[in-house]
Amino acid sequence: MNAKPYKREIPKSTWYLGRRRDILHMLSEISSLFIGIYAIILLWGLTALADGPGAYQLFLQRLTNPLSLGFHWLALAFALYNSISWFNLTPKAMPVQLGENFVPGYLIVAAHYVAWACASLFILFISGVIANG
Amino acid sequence: MNHKLIELEILRYRPEQDQEPWFQNYQVPCEEDWVVLDALNYVKEHMDSSLSYRWSCHMAVCGSCGMMIDGDPALSCKTFVRDLPERAIRIEPLANFPIERDLVVVMDDFVEKLERVKPYIIREEDKPLGEGEHLQTPAQLAKFKQYTLCINCLCCYSACPQYALIPEFIGPAALALAHRYNQDSRDQGCEAREDVVSANEGIWDCAFADACSLVCPKHVDPASAIQQMKISSTIGWYKNLLGLKRS
Repeated sequence: MNAKPYKREIPKSTWYLGRRRDILHMLSEISSLFIGIYAIILLWGLTALADGPGAYQLFLQRLTNPLSLGFHWLALAFALYNSISWFNLTPKAMPVQLGENFVPGYLIVAAHYVAWACASLFILFISGVIANG
Repeated sequence: MNHKLIELEILRYRPEQDQEPWFQNYQVPCEEDWVVLDALNYVKEHMDSSLSYRWSCHMAVCGSCGMMIDGDPALSCKTFVRDLPERAIRIEPLANFPIERDLVVVMDDFVEKLERVKPYIIREEDKPLGEGEHLQTPAQLAKFKQYTLCINCLCCYSACPQYALIPEFIGPAALALAHRYNQDSRDQGCEAREDVVSANEGIWDCAFADACSLVCPKHVDPASAIQQMKISSTIGWYKNLLGLKRS
């Protein structure tokens, strides 16, 4: 006799493998790991820069290692995937209401791409100014 | 009328005799315009009267007949058999809830959480009846109207990976309703809901998988409601920090 509700257990570490949308969600979540490691590498580069030209050259040389190159391509892929999937969701997080209607989602997504391009151009510009002394 | 023989693979659980759920198959002569609920009703009426499942309106209004159909939460009265792949249709009770019997789940957890978000209009002071109704413009209504369409079918809870992993999570439908009342120009209960909504197990346990919104049979967007509340909660927190908001 087992006259009580049955609780189904879900596999804590493999629950997302059965469905495409869950796998895509987990890929987006896992991207933080690659971006976090990339941020640590950048900090390492800054430390090397502070230590002088020799240390910085050694840092740059280590970046050319095939393992390092592979990691950077992977991190770039994850960063792009995370950014694109996030931009696609922004109309949900920040809907814009004008009177009785809402601004179409694609315009909000497009605004984010424009802001991304502007921010990237600004950083390139600042880098150019610094590089040219 | 043309019949087509289809196979249903239904999860059974009879608490008085089964130790765990098991699948039972039925061959059903299905008509072209049948939804999955029609096939279940055929089984119940002609093949096995012991099969238990919830349903009522048969028109996607009551929210009773939510179940897992081929692995995805859906209303069985809105899912046409002809739209499903040509193989056995697997029907299970809504995921993430305990099974009461066959396709019937225990929904106490949701009802308790729904109650906690105070899903009703709260006024600081009631307006005297003589002053008339609370007027609302179409634009004020548009701000929250989509969230009023929720029928509490719980498909969103079954799709939500966070609710599956963190049972304390208040969850999509209850939070969407909290947002619905917070956005209502007649309501003054935002602060009364804040303790539940802005807690860890409230909006912050949402990982924005968006599964809730994708499966909603009424096209409500709970993921949007939760993200909007994250933004307003964060702004409120900073305002409080800077002394711009009464605590």
